[in-house]
Amino acid sequence: MNYVFPNELHVTWSVMIVLYPFITGLVAGAFIVSSLYHVFGRKELKPVARFSLASAFVFLLFAPIPLQIHLGHPERSLNIMITPNFSSAMAGFGYIYSTYLVLVVLEIWFVFRGDFLARARGTGPAAWLCRVILLFDLREDDATRRADAKIAKFLAGLGIPLACLMHCYVGFLFGSLKANTWWSTALMFVIFIFSAIVSGISVLIFHYFLVSWINRWRVDASCVHALARYLWGFMIIAVALELLEVLSIAYKQTEEWEILGLLISKKLFVSYVVLQLAVFSLIPFLLLAATALFRLRDRLASGLIVTAATMLLIQVLLMRWNVVIGGQLLSKSMRGFTSYLPGIWEKEGLVMAAIIFTMPFVILYVFHRIVPLFPSSRPEAVTT
Amino acid sequence: MSDAVTRREALKILGAGVGLIFVPIGRLEAAEPGGDYDPDKHYWGYAVDTTKCIGCCACMRACRAENDVPDGYYRTWIERYTIDAKGEVRVDTVEDEKLGFQDLEDEGDTVKAFFVPKICNHCEKSVCNQVCPVGAAYRTQDGAVLVDTKRCIGCGYCVQACPYGSRFINPRTHTADKCTLCYHRITKGLLPACVQACPKGARVFGDLNDPKSAISILLKQRRYRVLKPEMGTHPKCYYVGLDREVI
Repeated sequence: MNYVFPNELHVTWSVMIVLYPFITGLVAGAFIVSSLYHVFGRKELKPVARFSLASAFVFLLFAPIPLQIHLGHPERSLNIMITPNFSSAMAGFGYIYSTYLVLVVLEIWFVFRGDFLARARGTGPAAWLCRVILLFDLREDDATRRADAKIAKFLAGLGIPLACLMHCYVGFLFGSLKANTWWSTALMFVIFIFSAIVSGISVLIFHYFLVSWINRWRVDASCVHALARYLWGFMIIAVALELLEVLSIAYKQTEEWEILGLLISKKLFVSYVVLQLAVFSLIPFLLLAATALFRLRDRLASGLIVTAATMLLIQVLLMRWNVVIGGQLLSKSMRGFTSYLPGIWEKEGLVMAAIIFTMPFVILYVFHRIVPLFPSSRPEAVTT
Repeated sequence: MSDAVTRREALKILGAGVGLIFVPIGRLEAAEPGGDYDPDKHYWGYAVDTTKCIGCCACMRACRAENDVPDGYYRTWIERYTIDAKGEVRVDTVEDEKLGFQDLEDEGDTVKAFFVPKICNHCEKSVCNQVCPVGAAYRTQDGAVLVDTKRCIGCGYCVQACPYGSRFINPRTHTADKCTLCYHRITKGLLPACVQACPKGARVFGDLNDPKSAISILLKQRRYRVLKPEMGTHPKCYYVGLDREVI
């Protein structure tokens, strides 16, 4: 028997709301990698430190786009800050997002100031743009460099709790909804932040390899190995938390398990059990374990790491899907499930999602054309 | 002379036409109480006597007509429960209230069957109001939970938060939509359309502040429950004769 409340036949939150936490997760993860270098001095991450900060910035720019597309009245979206209802967790979005965006922009400004200066001294539209970015102040000496580094480090440190807050907030949006048994857990925001870090590190590894492959650069093995070890650690925590959550409900055999068990074993069996857990969690775990525990040839290790990172990127996307869509498949009547298949060309369809997800990479490329993001592409690095 | 009359007639027709256009649009929104209505003097509640409902769907038809609810979406609906000798529960509702409930394909050894009308519970601690990021979901002094469609951004958070599946995003207005207790009617001293339409008196509406109101008397005389009390939302839709299987 299958019964859903009649209004539940319409899945209100679709692909865009899957994409939104996915992109914010990439922001948080990329920013934390950047801070591991800028704040905690993990020198082995230097090759991707600037790239990770720039990635956090461009993904952050696009994080609200899926929300804006999803809203029934996007022209009223600023009301969330103009007339906020402070009893709503969602009302925090505008403030948290804006604060974080300002911080990341400032950090970008201070970290890349030297590069903007070098570019601003040239000619052409890019030089003019850099002069505007620098507010036409082209002074540079040891004192300004020291000041830039000091402020950048402070902002990077301040950004860590903000990055966590931003993504915890996204998890809290779901976890705080008591009406939805699949979402309502205090662990949700913790799971979200760890999976965010996993996706952020994964996208950096994936992109680093992609850019290096296109440009025929040699990847920095120690950097990639360090990223892989972080990725392995964070993915173990993220997956363990997800499993613990489900196992604790299953073990307690409460009333809600009767329907949640069916959700997992029937409606989400392929996307959750087979794909998210068995394929895209277990295999990357084994691949990363192999690179961490055994001495492998660099080429083989790199292959395993980039495979694992790509798979984990998909794993986190699957996790977002299984949370956002899975939670809505389960009827609040606790007597059945609805169904959902994403549209392709519609406003909130797959094509739109692909475009939104691709845009940050395009912007990142433009960014890279103005100021180089990788040491390999910087003149001084080429000579060394 | 004949020209002036024609122009006047044309204006009348035009005015009537414009009026006809705006009348249904005005109905879509919960009207602000006007006239001598004082919301401080009332506290509205709703009760359903499940032992009286015959599943005729007159309430659903009345609601859709009164509030211009889009097809496929529901401000109120009726659930049919059939329980067999083994305790197996089957629940369904109507796809089209104009056709009403169809006979079950296989009634089997049904030992118990009943209908349960559902509406928004107009909770005292409504979680939809809590989660609305812009304050478009609100509660009036007289106890109705309403949506300000001019402020709603259509995020759908209230739809997710409502434990009773009472809310939806209206595909025409792109804002949250739900039962308003026919606020435009009750503030004029009328009954909600569904209550008015019920031929068996299964739906009871009234002022909980008034000890002589039908609902106050019913709730004093009969045992009742609310839906999902564990949610802590303090629903103001009270169910008389509710079976334990109803969620």
